[in-house]
Amino acid sequence: MARFLVRIDENACKGCELCRNFCPKKLITVSAHINDKGYSPAEISREEECIGCMSCALMCPDGAISIYEEVSE
Amino acid sequence: MLKPIFEYTKGMLRVETNFCPGCTHGISHRLITETLDEMGKLGEAIGCGPIGCAVMAHKFMNVDMCECAHGRAPAVASGVKRVHPDNLVFTYQGDGDLASIGTAEIIHAAARGECFSTFFVNNAIYGMTGGQMAPTTLPGQRSTTSQTGRDTGKSGFPIRVCELLSTLDGAVYVERVALNSPAGVAKAKKAVRRAFDVQEKKLGFSFVEFVSACPTNWGLSPVAAVDFIKEKMLPYYPPGVFKSPQ
Repeated sequence: MARFLVRIDENACKGCELCRNFCPKKLITVSAHINDKGYSPAEISREEECIGCMSCALMCPDGAISIYEEVSE
Repeated sequence: MLKPIFEYTKGMLRVETNFCPGCTHGISHRLITETLDEMGKLGEAIGCGPIGCAVMAHKFMNVDMCECAHGRAPAVASGVKRVHPDNLVFTYQGDGDLASIGTAEIIHAAARGECFSTFFVNNAIYGMTGGQMAPTTLPGQRSTTSQTGRDTGKSGFPIRVCELLSTLDGAVYVERVALNSPAGVAKAKKAVRRAFDVQEKKLGFSFVEFVSACPTNWGLSPVAAVDFIKEKMLPYYPPGVFKSPQ
C-alpha cells in the first residue's frame, strides 16, 4: 500500500482546525505548543494511516500542508 | 523517493496573509493562482483587486495586479482587457465591493459582455470594516448593523448575484460554488478553470461566485462557519451552473 507523508509548515498554520475537521481518518491533531504567530498549529499523528486524499491540503487556507507519496525508484 | 502529490502553488507568494484563521479567502486565492499556474499563464495574467479583506491580494498572488477603487474593479478590468486582449484578466471581489458599491459596474460589464473573469467571494457580511450588514446578508442574520438579525421589512432582501447576472446576454458563463468541503473546493477549482477557458476563447463575460465563510464576523469557529455555509447559506444561495456556453 502506498505510503504518504504529510508535511505541515507549523509557522504557516493559523490553527483554524479545518484540516482536523475534514480528515476522514482523523489523523490530524492540534499541537500542545504555540507557533511563532501565537496559534496552536496542526500536527499529523499516525502518518502511516494516511490515505493521501488531500482533504486537509484542499481545505487549508494558508497553504501550510504538503503531501508526498513514497515511491520506489 | 518522494513524489509530491500536493504542494502549495508557486502562484502564491510565501508571505503571511492578513486573513483570520479559517477564512476561506486563502482557499479562493489559491484556486485562482493554482489554475493560472497550471495553464502556464502566471506571467501573463492581470488581476484587478478589490477593497475589502482581499485588498492586499496583490501582495499574496504571484501575478501582476492593480488595485481598484471600491467596487470599480470590473470597470478597470474592462479597460485592461481592451488594451491587452490576449492576456487573461480577472477581478477578485467581495460581496460589499461587488454587490453593493460596485453593482452598476458589474452589471454593465456583464451586459457589455466584457471578456474577463470575475471571482466573487460571497461571505454575507462586510469583513474588513467590522461585520456590517451586506447586500448578501441572509434574512435574520446578525451583523453589527442588524443586531437582532436582518429585518427584511426594513433592509430588504439579499441579492442573488449569479441569478441576476445570468439573465444578461453578455454573461456567458455563470457558476456558484461553495468552499465548505474538500469536494466543494475541488468543484470550485473546475469552475475557475472553465471561467478562464471561456475567457481564453473570447466568448464573453465569465463569473464564479464562491460561497465563503467569515468566522470572525459571524462569531463562529472556523469549523462551525463551514457548517453555517451548508446549513444557512446554501439553501439561499444554491450552488450550480446558471449559464454555460453551448
